[in-house]
Amino acid sequence: MATASETKATRRDFLYIATGAAGAVGLAGIAWPLIDQLNPDASVLALASIQFDLSPVAEGSTVTILWRGLPVFVRHRTPEEIEEARATPLADLKDPETDEDRVKEGHAEWLIMIANCTHLGCVPVGEAGAFDGWFCPCHGSVYDTSGRIRSGPAPANLVVPPYEFISDTIVQIG
Amino acid sequence: MANHAGNYTPGNGFERWLDERLPIVRFSKEHLMDFPTPKNLNYWWTFGGILAFMLVVQIVTGIILVMHYTPNVDLAFASVQHIQRDVNYGRIIQGTHAVGASMFFAAVYIHIFRGLYYGSYKSPREVLWMLGVIIFILMMATAFMGYVLPWGQMSFWGATVITGIFSALPIIGEPIQILLLGGFSVANPTLNRFFSLHYLLPFIIAAVVVLHIWALHVPGNNNPAGVSVKDNRDTLPFHPYFTMKDLFAIIVFMIPFAWFVFFAPDILGHPDNYIPGNPQVTPEHIVPEWYLLPFYAMLRAIDFNVLFINSKLGGVIVMGGSLLILFVLPWLDRSKVRSGSFRPLFKPFYWLFVLNFIALAYLGAQPAEGVYVVIAKLCTAYYFAYFLIILPLLSRIETPAPLPASISESVLGSDKKAKA
Repeated sequence: MATASETKATRRDFLYIATGAAGAVGLAGIAWPLIDQLNPDASVLALASIQFDLSPVAEGSTVTILWRGLPVFVRHRTPEEIEEARATPLADLKDPETDEDRVKEGHAEWLIMIANCTHLGCVPVGEAGAFDGWFCPCHGSVYDTSGRIRSGPAPANLVVPPYEFISDTIVQIG
Repeated sequence: MANHAGNYTPGNGFERWLDERLPIVRFSKEHLMDFPTPKNLNYWWTFGGILAFMLVVQIVTGIILVMHYTPNVDLAFASVQHIQRDVNYGRIIQGTHAVGASMFFAAVYIHIFRGLYYGSYKSPREVLWMLGVIIFILMMATAFMGYVLPWGQMSFWGATVITGIFSALPIIGEPIQILLLGGFSVANPTLNRFFSLHYLLPFIIAAVVVLHIWALHVPGNNNPAGVSVKDNRDTLPFHPYFTMKDLFAIIVFMIPFAWFVFFAPDILGHPDNYIPGNPQVTPEHIVPEWYLLPFYAMLRAIDFNVLFINSKLGGVIVMGGSLLILFVLPWLDRSKVRSGSFRPLFKPFYWLFVLNFIALAYLGAQPAEGVYVVIAKLCTAYYFAYFLIILPLLSRIETPAPLPASISESVLGSDKKAKA
């Protein structure tokens, strides 16, 4: 090709480049299914939405349920916990978010969060740590009664999944 | 030494015929038997042979285990129990594979620290060293995926934590994590692909080992004196001198190996891994296998934000950096003297580095709280300072001790001494 660049581009140069380009597109086309097969399959995605009855969960207790294979905390908070979470000034938070934004209006006693620590995904231990919320035994992250990160290596608050109350006692997650 | 003359003469008509078509006998004789090897190599140099032996042990036992193992979240744990209890000699074969991983890493750490002391990474062996770092990283990936296969609690949560590392990357992190897991959490698709890759990677390692030995046979071995080979009085043929020495070392190495396999096959593992994996409960205290602890300690040591880098990404950068920095080590340590034996200032810093690494391993096994966190930060700082500050600085200010004129002289003493 070095000599070709010195003279005028020929019909043959065009054919070389066109062939190479077609080959590259073809290769990418073959590679994509080989990579995409690694992504979640239809059977995994089919579990994307669940319903859960809150009525058996007593005040001051937590249950852990599975949603999309992930553990989810359903916490029935006490009035003291709610008050403690709401009294915390936003300036004290590593990932500032109000408690009101983390629960549904009128359902402040229900805290529903994905139970994986936002650091590396361990399940924190409940009613533990210096902020009366959760403590992750893996790398020492501490969450408060609203599931907000207060200390340790985790960068963010425990994630609140998309959910809605479809009646007073039943939530649909996902 | 790249152009050393082989002294192979085909013995008969068939060998002559083959030699003209595929000179495999000539190649084997030159590289496996006659290869000129420095005669002052000490026992630290036998770990290369030990590692080759361990790779074979792991591949052979692994292929056998696959004949009895079932990669499914409902059956994996039971199938490993089945291997240990029902399969003929299964307890020994499974034990050899599991303990073998630890012995493999014990040998590779000694091999790496030998290279660090004797300057085996320095010119002209940079590529040899970098290939070694690639093998080390591949070994860690292989060991990690293998540890997931028994599907105990540590398997499950180890997999969750390690794949969680990828989620630290901005923007692309989460899609990559989902792609790796094949779902939103560690589950059956994850187990199946880890099984597939755990079978594949050892063969990739074997291929890189071939490149590693190729890159070794171009400049030839480094040696404890660190001076280059000058003439054939400095060397001995690899076979029988070093094949026998390596074999002896392998036999000695097999004594502790056998002790673990026969008397304490689980002592290097965690009791939690005898509880089937449960996605709803994390074990009280997650600890990786001992050979990953120093890097795990560095991951955890970063629990503070630096500018726009949050603590999670910071930890991942530090852990990744602790491995990647090894690739540029040949250009950080500019001292012309290879062997640490002739570097008076280097020696204390080197041994402190060894102690520091052991301390990191200890800290990685401790809970992430209180004084442990502080010490882990100091140790992480020293790990990086050794490569980024101490080695570059030493190569400027240090006055090395006089080097022997040749390998021969380092073994036999100089002519002057002999006369005196």
